[in-house]
Amino acid sequence: MTYSASEVMTIAAARALRNSDICFVGIGMPSAACNLARLTHAPDITLIYESGTIATKPDVLPLSIGDGELCDTALTTVAVPEMFRYWLQGGRFTVGFLGGAQIDRFANLNTTVVGPYDKPKTRLPGGGGAPEISSACGEIFIIMRQAPRSFVEKLDFFTSFGHGEGGDHRARMGLATKGPTKLVTDLAIFEPDPVTKEMTVTSIHPGVTRDAIKANTGWPVRYAADVAETPAPTEQELSVLRELHARTARAHGEAA
Amino acid sequence: MSRFLPLAAAVESTIRDGDTVAMEGFTHLIPFAAGHEVIRQRRRHLTLIRMTPDLIYDQLIGMGCADKLVFSWVGNPGVGSLHRFRDAYENGWPAPIAIEEHSHAAMANAYEAGAAGLPFAVFRGYIGVDLPKVNRNIRHVTCPFTGERLAAVPAIRPDVAVIHALKADRAGNVLIEGIVGVQKEAVLAAKRSLVTVEEIVEDFGERSANAVILPSWSVGAIACVPGGAHPSYAHGYYKRDNAYYKAWDTISRDRDGFLAWMKTNVLEQGPEAFAVHCSRLRAAAE
Repeated sequence: MTYSASEVMTIAAARALRNSDICFVGIGMPSAACNLARLTHAPDITLIYESGTIATKPDVLPLSIGDGELCDTALTTVAVPEMFRYWLQGGRFTVGFLGGAQIDRFANLNTTVVGPYDKPKTRLPGGGGAPEISSACGEIFIIMRQAPRSFVEKLDFFTSFGHGEGGDHRARMGLATKGPTKLVTDLAIFEPDPVTKEMTVTSIHPGVTRDAIKANTGWPVRYAADVAETPAPTEQELSVLRELHARTARAHGEAA
Repeated sequence: MSRFLPLAAAVESTIRDGDTVAMEGFTHLIPFAAGHEVIRQRRRHLTLIRMTPDLIYDQLIGMGCADKLVFSWVGNPGVGSLHRFRDAYENGWPAPIAIEEHSHAAMANAYEAGAAGLPFAVFRGYIGVDLPKVNRNIRHVTCPFTGERLAAVPAIRPDVAVIHALKADRAGNVLIEGIVGVQKEAVLAAKRSLVTVEEIVEDFGERSANAVILPSWSVGAIACVPGGAHPSYAHGYYKRDNAYYKAWDTISRDRDGFLAWMKTNVLEQGPEAFAVHCSRLRAAAE
């Protein structure tokens, strides 16, 4: 079966999730990966969206973080202040799954502005839940397409804190959580170096060259001592993902 | 005590030029009909507060109603940018707009502090990030018991909260179910409030003992506007019109197209247009 770079990315990201995870789900690509995990190897995973929907099992992917589908299929729905105070700040999440517009080598994220804050070249949506998701969840997984303008040497704005300047920076900030432990792209999987915390390639997707990774990363890429090849998507993973996207397209089209 | 009014009279009596207004609804129950009435009545110099300014604030900003936006995520969810907001912020059209930017956790806590009558909210947040450098309303306090350094933001205390709810009963109590967002907090934090509802019923009948109900004495004006949350949705009444959200990306992209659309669909319409949108949606779903 042939597959796209986007499919291998979503599937590799889904595989990172465990059946026992309590996951704070970001909208877009994280939502696709989280639901794919639930529909394949992690049927008991708890997915929670910031709209307050706890243990939701959407049949189609939501366009927004608060589509009715999320509430209709949730175990319970709580108010937004409760979501952020009790459940997120209270330390109930094992993992938060985020996307971003810009990322640096220590997996700090920018979704606020490109250019200066007061006179931006591009005004992005902003942080939403991300600043506190990044500090309060047990660990953070990130899914992003690689490109030179998004994988940058220096962020224009620190929207959420990954490993800061690297090393023990999180601990120095008083953070006991792990921060970003996995970055899944359309080319490879990065994990933090145990000491420097620089995001390091640990697995390359099938057919991807180191030159392609280099061309799409704005810093000199480091590789782990043993770099694996990401196992190719299975037929089951691909068919579940494609059915999910097809159901979603039908559902969103019906409203037209 | 709440009072039932037609939407135009409710906006007229509740929202004044220069007010600080929070129109809330977290994806669900966004008060579009009320927002359109504010545009028709040409309110000016508003400070608009909302966690997730989406299309309704894009429309208000594009029509020149706002001087300032307080927010934590500004975009068209799942689609992209709000072009009218960006045109105002980046190019000053139709008027410059100031921003005060927070995180969701900060705003949710600030609404709760407002409802609780506290001057500020305290929470564990903004660790290692840049927003405190560009927003002087993000500060820190030290816990008097543990010494932990915590983030603090002022309570949100709007002049007016505007929400859309499912039902009011004859006595003027208001019921919200589904994704309840920060609407209760916004109403309790505000000096005045305006609630639009899908329907007015004799009594609420069977419901969860924990349904979110705002008693009549905690609410201001109530206007019955069936479909008043469209293109967002009302739990049990109609679904989110995702196609509309996608279409807005094109409609709002250029100034003339936007103004023409607003003239036809907002300025020359009344609140009854919302019921029509929703019966069309329901028919399409069947």
